[in-house]
Amino acid sequence: MSAAAIKVEHLVKRYSTATAVDGVSFTVARGTITALLGGNGAGKTTTLSILLGLLLPTSGIVNVLGVDILRHRYRVLSRMNFSSPFVDLPHRLTVRQNLLIYARLYALRNRRERIAALAEDLQIGAFLDRPAGKLSAGQKTRVALAKALLNEPELLLLDEPTASLDPDTGDWVRSFLEAWQTRTRATILMASHNMAEVERMCSDVLMMKTGKIVDRGSPQALIERYGRANLEEVFLHIVRKPDPELEPVS
Amino acid sequence: MSRAGRLDTGGSLGRIWAMLLRYLYLLRSSWPRTVELLYWPTLQMVVWGFMSQFLYVNSNYVFRAFGVLLAAVMLWDVLFRGQLGLSISFLEEMWARNLGHLFVTPLRPYEWVASLLSMSLIRVLIGVVPAALLAIALYHYSIFSLGLPLIAFFAVLLVMGWALGLAICGLILRQGMGAESLAWLAVFTLSPISAVYYPVSILPHWLQHVAWALPSTYVFEGMRELLFHKVFRADYLLTAGALDMMLLALGAWIFFLALRNARERGALLQMGE
Repeated sequence: MSAAAIKVEHLVKRYSTATAVDGVSFTVARGTITALLGGNGAGKTTTLSILLGLLLPTSGIVNVLGVDILRHRYRVLSRMNFSSPFVDLPHRLTVRQNLLIYARLYALRNRRERIAALAEDLQIGAFLDRPAGKLSAGQKTRVALAKALLNEPELLLLDEPTASLDPDTGDWVRSFLEAWQTRTRATILMASHNMAEVERMCSDVLMMKTGKIVDRGSPQALIERYGRANLEEVFLHIVRKPDPELEPVS
Repeated sequence: MSRAGRLDTGGSLGRIWAMLLRYLYLLRSSWPRTVELLYWPTLQMVVWGFMSQFLYVNSNYVFRAFGVLLAAVMLWDVLFRGQLGLSISFLEEMWARNLGHLFVTPLRPYEWVASLLSMSLIRVLIGVVPAALLAIALYHYSIFSLGLPLIAFFAVLLVMGWALGLAICGLILRQGMGAESLAWLAVFTLSPISAVYYPVSILPHWLQHVAWALPSTYVFEGMRELLFHKVFRADYLLTAGALDMMLLALGAWIFFLALRNARERGALLQMGE
């Protein structure tokens, strides 16, 4: 078994008018929570989309859970999942119907029991039979997490998991994810703009800017390296620093 | 077997059934949509039924076989509903911005297509069968009197609808939701040259060559041969079947090419209203 959950080498994604990801290389160790940080347009969502197989890169090598995802994505898709508050589950179906369909797509046995267990863990039982479009932002986030955890993924990709949540709900989601990760020893790679969240949850940070990884390390190591008080200040320093002063790292 | 009780076997049929279930849930969730499925075929049949009654005593063409117009209108609906049924299920995913969720699951594109085709068949049956039964009650005309050839006509038109539907969905994937209206309009371009209500010989000579390139033309000409002369033209059916296969291959090629192109452009996460 490969030690890395994700191994990316020389990844490039070019569009006709722009380069979204520019020769990125990185690894994510199994059983860790890693953050992908960067300003808007840094290439985080593009990188996540490539890891999910939703976007084809221009060049590069992408190994996920030991599988070359560009050639054999169907060997690994059942072992990973994804959640984003920006991509709602279909609104017209109830939460239960949505979850049942995804449970079938992941070929789960004991679907109803699995959904009942997740409903209890994520406290969504009260609105399982409500249309997904009629939920609040916090409820939608928890339902999206239920969908993402249906198959007990070994690798969970999250795009800003607590965006648009109030502090209380955001804290609840973070605590839930930490507990789930500790229990399952799964790998989480999350894009986030919430620096306090990253400091709290992540053991490793990949800093992206203009399609490149310009620094990486644990939140504490980055804070010390840049001589700042917290990760938010590190982030601002990197984002505002002129490009030529930043050297891409592998 | 994995941590969540996942089966490691293929499960292709299970995924097709999952998607079909999704479209059935959607259909069930909105009774106006179900009524709409029944409404147009029934209305068309009622109008053309009265027209047939009128022409039966005023036109030699209809006098030769009362059901010639009614059968035509119902078979045309198989083609139209076959294409629309596929396109609507596809559009449901676009409206819901659900492609990003679907394509991070083990669902293969061909499995999705299989579920779209299955749902198209279900939508056609929901729309056309009640209209056909009502024609028996109202006009004492049964399209089922065409016998076994009816199954062949139905299959050719349904497959042609699927081919058109796949091509249209491919264009929507490529062009975005601005091309959505194609799903409702495109098939009507073929109506005048499919010789639905009149023989192909009525068309201008040059247009007849175009008409004979369509599987639908063979069906409607074959239907008239059967009704007027009690002759089943197997040669028409074989030609229509061969043309159908070519159209289906072309439609599938356009669809899968557009899907790959959407993956290259990163459109799967963004596509929607």
